[in-house]
Amino acid sequence: MSLSADTQAAIAANRFGLGARPGDLEAIGSDARGWLRAQLKGSPPQIAGADLKPSFTTLAEALELRRQIEERKKSGTLDPAMAEEQQQKLGQFVRPVYVSEATARFALAVGTERPFLERLSQFWTNHFAVSIDKQFMPALAGAFEREAIRPNVLGRFADLLLAAESHPAMLMYLDNFISVGPDSQAAQRFERRPNAPHLGINENLAREILELHTLGVGGGYTQADVTTFAQVITGWSIGGNHGRFQSGEPGRFVFRPGLHQPGAKTVLNTRYPDSGYGQGVAVLNDLARHPSTAHFIATKLCRHFIADEPPAAAVNRVAGAFTASEGDLPTVYRTLVETREAWAAPLTKFKTPADYIYSVYRGLALPVEAGKGPLGPFEVLGQRIWQPGSPAGWPDRSADWDGSSALLKRIEWADQTGARLGSRIDAKALGPQLLGENLTDATRTAVSRAVSAEQAVTLLLAAPEFMRR
Amino acid sequence: MASLKRRQFLKLGALAAGGAFLTTRLAFAGNGGPPTRFVLVILRGALDGLAAVPPYADPDYAALRREVALHEPGANGGVLPLNGFFGLHPSFGFLGQAYANRELVVFQAVASPYRERSHFDGQDVLENGSLRPHALQSGWLNRALAHLPGAPAREPGVALGQNVPLVMRGPAEVSSWSPSKMTALDEDTLARLTDLYAHDPLLSVRLADATAADALVAGDSQMTMAAAPAQGAAAYAARYAQLVKAAAGFLRQENGPRVAVFDTTGWDTHANEGGAEGQLAGRLKALDGGLAMLKQELGPVWSQTAVLMVTEFGRTAAVNGTRGTDHGTGTAAFLCGGAVAGGRVIADWPGLSARALYQGRDLNPTLDLRAVFKGILSEHMGVPERALDAEVFPDSGAVRALRGLTHA
Repeated sequence: MSLSADTQAAIAANRFGLGARPGDLEAIGSDARGWLRAQLKGSPPQIAGADLKPSFTTLAEALELRRQIEERKKSGTLDPAMAEEQQQKLGQFVRPVYVSEATARFALAVGTERPFLERLSQFWTNHFAVSIDKQFMPALAGAFEREAIRPNVLGRFADLLLAAESHPAMLMYLDNFISVGPDSQAAQRFERRPNAPHLGINENLAREILELHTLGVGGGYTQADVTTFAQVITGWSIGGNHGRFQSGEPGRFVFRPGLHQPGAKTVLNTRYPDSGYGQGVAVLNDLARHPSTAHFIATKLCRHFIADEPPAAAVNRVAGAFTASEGDLPTVYRTLVETREAWAAPLTKFKTPADYIYSVYRGLALPVEAGKGPLGPFEVLGQRIWQPGSPAGWPDRSADWDGSSALLKRIEWADQTGARLGSRIDAKALGPQLLGENLTDATRTAVSRAVSAEQAVTLLLAAPEFMRR
Repeated sequence: MASLKRRQFLKLGALAAGGAFLTTRLAFAGNGGPPTRFVLVILRGALDGLAAVPPYADPDYAALRREVALHEPGANGGVLPLNGFFGLHPSFGFLGQAYANRELVVFQAVASPYRERSHFDGQDVLENGSLRPHALQSGWLNRALAHLPGAPAREPGVALGQNVPLVMRGPAEVSSWSPSKMTALDEDTLARLTDLYAHDPLLSVRLADATAADALVAGDSQMTMAAAPAQGAAAYAARYAQLVKAAAGFLRQENGPRVAVFDTTGWDTHANEGGAEGQLAGRLKALDGGLAMLKQELGPVWSQTAVLMVTEFGRTAAVNGTRGTDHGTGTAAFLCGGAVAGGRVIADWPGLSARALYQGRDLNPTLDLRAVFKGILSEHMGVPERALDAEVFPDSGAVRALRGLTHA
């Protein structure tokens, strides 16, 4: 079965992209695949702005602020009321950073001419998720995406992986920055002291790299692999923290040989001689090449771009491209674009709240204003930017998002948007521009019979075909 | 005003009888069916059961827990007394009182059938009710709803939150509800949307469920809809209080849902977990405070209610190198409520010696959580056992229901 050019353009703009803008379907014309492939050419866009600082600057400031608070607490010069105030200071420091970063990201998603690339970038941020419900993360999540994810989305998976796992935000989010080899110099020296607390590994990052970032659960690793891999990456840390974690440039990645578990180690039946920092890099490189990783990444991509339960043939093709190209991401994306199943049926994916908000903003050509105002809908609809709440990232199936309360909130927001802007918008003309032939007769009729221009916009935005991509 | 009369009657009954036992039976008799309520609270992120219910008298406990070990009752920062061997974390003020009032059963060394250490697969097994992750796309609580005795209710269950967690997904129609700051749709727009969704099997059902839930809420002026603050520990407690109030608001309705589910997060304590005070202590305190609020908000309905708190798995028996704990196996669970035959710890204690630990690192589970689920569903909610063994928990014939957990 082959779909009409018009339907293919709608799939390209709405499923692969972030939602059609007026005129987009016409511009895409009859070469939907070509329009997508063209977006993969040239270096990825970078988000810049005077208020968007490098993560090390922000983190160094935040660590210093916390150090001062801790010091004053310890010295007893801080009464409890003041301590509360100081804690708030930390919050007051991180919150504006989050608002600037999230708003800039939202503006890019709404304004970009390369929405397929932007969807892919956000896919990878979600794959390597850090969540802002942990201390410091509101100040780091945006910079993490700008520094570790975006520069690598058109490169090799192995480089993306290393950039993500060695970024201070990740090392902090999954606790590796304070993980200590039990036989490291530091632990040996420290444990001789009387009443010294125990120093050792924290296996959080090692487990999630295996489970969530590379092989996938059931990808062939054991508890012993998790524990040993955690030892491999002991010493991957951040400068400028307190005590034994102080040395190194504040807020930047630092390898601490004194905390590294010495010796050769075996992960997934491969023996890695001890080369300090290089030992972890070697394991990551092998993980990036592992067949389970290819299959896991391909499954997630196909789930995102084809259907909640993606067809095995499509997954195998994308995984094959991943393996054959040694993780060359543009090759993987092009294979995805060529995959027949991605074009076989429209509207198989229920939009996430973020998808929905992007598509409304793009469809109605709404500006993203400065300040925290534009972030409101993400909170109300249940998908605050960079807050998936767990390292697994946001889920990607309809059932995770189509609860009755979630649907009602989406409709209420559509209604509010319609009430606010409807008088300026001709929903009847807009419908075919955004949805092409996916616009149903029922919606067309409902929109044309609406009692007001405002209600017409509400009905268009709440229509079943606008809820899906 | 039938409901008011019934509630007054129950209150008097409870006072006169001095306990929940008689109350529940009277309620049965008065209503022609069990008006019992069940609340499931999922603690996502793997609760450290050895911190929540410390076996302070176990000879290996203190050495494993080092600086975060809790002390015996009466000591500074000591645990709350249970049975001389286990204690409750000092943050559990309300639960400690509930135990003394025989309204709390504490389970220790429990686990779902899942034996790996992925949060996400662990939660999937906990919720889907089968032996394997992703083996079923529906949840055991939803499948049980179809077997509740009496006339089928339109909305037998409600999930507090925007979306429905797996445990409540499935063929039975359930609603989700969360507070909204936005203005409600006008009736005309709602009617037009209902028409527009008529041929969409998913959205038509969801929209109907949403409006039904809103109608229930509109009928209860006590349900608070204030927005929670956005940041920090206060926000965590406030969001949680909001869920609890909403759950109570639904459950105390005469014709409302009998089953409610919600979840809480923040239990994944890999680093700086704390002891009597600290990170975990704060979360436990919020959980405890939420239960106290639930009891208060439910009023007389509390006497017909059982609240079960479970998590996907436990954490390592030993504290790790960063004063936290990593993913483990056996953990604790709590059953609380006016309908609960409490004041007991149920634990076939395996011990914490190196040889007793599961794979040399975790508390060895000795009780399958499905036995607890089955006991509550059959005796408290009236779900037939043959449905439990086959449909609700497939391949669970060998797991016998734990009896006598509630007064029903």
